[in-house]
Amino acid sequence: MSVRRLAEEQPASFEFTPENLAWANAQIAKYPEGRQASAVIPLLWQAQKQHNYWLPKPAIEKVADMLDMPFIRVLEIATFYTMFNLEPVGRFFIQMCGTTPCMLRGSDEIKAVLARRVGEQKMVSADGNFAWLEVECLGACCNAPMVQINDDYYEDLTAENFEKLLDDLAAGRPVHVGSQTGRRSSEPAGKLTTLTSFYGDDGRSGPASDKTQA
Amino acid sequence: MTKIIVDGKEVDVPAEYTLLQACEEAGAEIPRFCFHERLSIAGNCRMCLVELKGAPKPVASCAWSVKDCRPGPNGEPPSVVTKSPTVKKARNGVMEFLLINHPLDCPICDQGGECDLQDQAMAFGVDNSRYAENKRAVEDKYIGPLVRTSMNRCIHCTRCVRFTAEVAGTADMGAIGRGEDMEITTYLETAMASELQGNVADLCPVGALLPKPYAFKARPWELGKTESIDVMDALGSAIRVDVRGREVMRILPRVNEAVNEEWISDKTRQVVDGLQRQRLDRPYIRKDGRLVPATWSDAFAAIATRVKATTPARIGAIAGDLASVEDMFALKSLMANLGSANIDCRQDGTKLHPANGRGSYIFNPTVAGIEEADAILIVGSNPRKESPVLNARILKRWRTGGVDIGLVGERADLTYSYQYLGAGAETLTELGNGKGFAEVLAKAQRPMVIVGQGALLREDGAAVLAACAKLAGSRDGLNGLAVLHTAAARVGGLDLGFVPGQGGMDAWAMTRPGALDVIFNLGADELEIAPGAFVVYQGTHGDRGAHRADVILPGATYTEKSGLYVNTEGRVQYAERANFAPGDAREDWAILRALSEVVGAKLAFDSLADLRKALYAAHPHFARIDAIETGAINIANAGALGTGAFTSAVDDFYLTNPIARASAVMAECSALAKGRLQQAAE
Repeated sequence: MSVRRLAEEQPASFEFTPENLAWANAQIAKYPEGRQASAVIPLLWQAQKQHNYWLPKPAIEKVADMLDMPFIRVLEIATFYTMFNLEPVGRFFIQMCGTTPCMLRGSDEIKAVLARRVGEQKMVSADGNFAWLEVECLGACCNAPMVQINDDYYEDLTAENFEKLLDDLAAGRPVHVGSQTGRRSSEPAGKLTTLTSFYGDDGRSGPASDKTQA
Repeated sequence: MTKIIVDGKEVDVPAEYTLLQACEEAGAEIPRFCFHERLSIAGNCRMCLVELKGAPKPVASCAWSVKDCRPGPNGEPPSVVTKSPTVKKARNGVMEFLLINHPLDCPICDQGGECDLQDQAMAFGVDNSRYAENKRAVEDKYIGPLVRTSMNRCIHCTRCVRFTAEVAGTADMGAIGRGEDMEITTYLETAMASELQGNVADLCPVGALLPKPYAFKARPWELGKTESIDVMDALGSAIRVDVRGREVMRILPRVNEAVNEEWISDKTRQVVDGLQRQRLDRPYIRKDGRLVPATWSDAFAAIATRVKATTPARIGAIAGDLASVEDMFALKSLMANLGSANIDCRQDGTKLHPANGRGSYIFNPTVAGIEEADAILIVGSNPRKESPVLNARILKRWRTGGVDIGLVGERADLTYSYQYLGAGAETLTELGNGKGFAEVLAKAQRPMVIVGQGALLREDGAAVLAACAKLAGSRDGLNGLAVLHTAAARVGGLDLGFVPGQGGMDAWAMTRPGALDVIFNLGADELEIAPGAFVVYQGTHGDRGAHRADVILPGATYTEKSGLYVNTEGRVQYAERANFAPGDAREDWAILRALSEVVGAKLAFDSLADLRKALYAAHPHFARIDAIETGAINIANAGALGTGAFTSAVDDFYLTNPIARASAVMAECSALAKGRLQQAAE
């Protein structure tokens, strides 16, 4: 934790896209008259998503105006929650878990890759693609080590498949969200060891169509 | 009522009381930082911990209500202990945590000597620290011209945040970040927009927020403290004037539940530098078009020559907005002795008149009565500019809900929402037909119609007043008409009958070209006197009045004389003298007494006590300090309502009188407020 300030360079204005605006209005409508302020976190979140995963000052003011809140009230929320990025984070914002399970499963290697390819934490890489941050447990310990890139989890990482993942992202190639080793959700790596009678001979769960992957 | 045992003493308190209030009721003293009687409960400083029998650990007494306490095993009342070793230890622990990041600034901190943290550290602190790590450092913030910040000292009580949100209604301040990095600030360090922002410095229990203009000027123990009454607006807030030597160092609020609770406006508080600057400290006489310094006797002789050269009907007197009742009484007596009926205390030309009954020119429902009102109509007024503290009272009422507020006049940000009914007299005519908001008022248990001077200055002012009185009606003999004055002297002047006598001219007529030969101007700076008349200006500052004067008689400001003021409610209040006027300046009644002898119309009193005796004999209600004399409303010959929009009588809140116009701090505030207006307009 450290002092959080708004970025020095700010865009001139911020407007929700028509789809996001409709979505935002639907969120606001969930709350009774006079309680619109309850929708502040979803709206900030959507604004951040729309704006390359960081919240500029005009977005904070826009949300405040939409919810009839004083600017300072929204700023309080934006600075309180670390999930709101107040500075640019590149096209892909990588949150790398460095908590014990991930560390035991080799997150240090992942960190080394990030340090080499992206640079220092909280700094956007020279090509504008990546920024990274070591965070506490993201709750995917079964598939450690893992990172969260923008909204998605990428699990079962190794230095090699992580580098490939970064290459693919940078090049705009399609990537597979979730486990990078082909495991389904958090099932055991390799074969199922329990409830085997319920599943097929290959020892993996789910419909056959899912099993061809990776 | 619920019984509760505090330190073995049983007290009976309302169930909704907090433990802290119950403990105070029982006489136990509870230390606190974040808790404040007039703000919502935050419960974050933990200094008010007490031991509650049955609770596993100490509880924060400010955030725990009596009705939440469980009775004892045999049905005894719940028991609270405030003096046990556990409590002491818990508070010591809290204090140690608070002091971890608090710098040892006391020797260089303006709060030193009147600091809650300093005082409570004497009781609960230890003389050394176990904390060897680095202290937290916080950037100082700019939050406006009136409050200086030293954010290292902040203990995060959030009183300032709650004040701006709940009392001032502007929600200027907030706490950004979290945990150790939480910082109190305004939005991106803009200046606060409230007219009550100075109060956050009073609320701050440590030295994080301090009055900026007073920074490093004085220590609290070297100040002489005098209880007085504010004259910056007509509310008559209770103030304490702190003086060192001859100089007023600062002005602080006093508690007066009926008037200002414990808030004062920024103008009231920070007009202090205006008391020093631009002062008239010796008499002047205009010679060859220029004002030259003179002696008192020369000045009096010059006046006497002019007075004796004319007839009483060509002499007039106008009293200004800051005059005390005694001053106006002396001037009125002088004019009576001279035989002139040309007197007026209404330099703004308001159509209020004592002949309409006292009820027609006071704030009948009283300021505290705002809290009982269930329908409020504001006519031709911007209470936020005309009396910010009164506006805070309306906001307080609005926040509790169940009140309809309507506005006829200029649209403005009053900090609460209201129903906008229309711009001016036409709307009032419509309301007179009993439709719309008039129905709300008619149905209300405690209706209130607040009429500003903006609606009464007009040609049809009397008709507006009559229409408002009719709309307000009365309930159980309690009148709903609330006249909001802008001048501290006005109600006193009207009470005295400082209005034109039989055949006399009013202020407007007196100031027309060729109307009079001699005009006594007792501090009336808000009107233009046409060339021709010989003007005697008796006042304190080199302002508009002094520029037009032919003779200047230097008087005393409100801190420099003992006097009575009647606030907009009609409450008679007594202001004590705090310091002496500079140079040759004298108290105003004494100047008039001395002058009366020279012009051959000697006044019959030789001391302030004699003057007051005569005053009380003529107007007995002035003797009843802090009481409100109620009065009837009989508005005769009101005439018909005209047309046109109402405007507020106060254009620039920060520059309404000569003292404020002499203040550099007020000038800065005014410029900032103008900037905000411009920004809003863009």
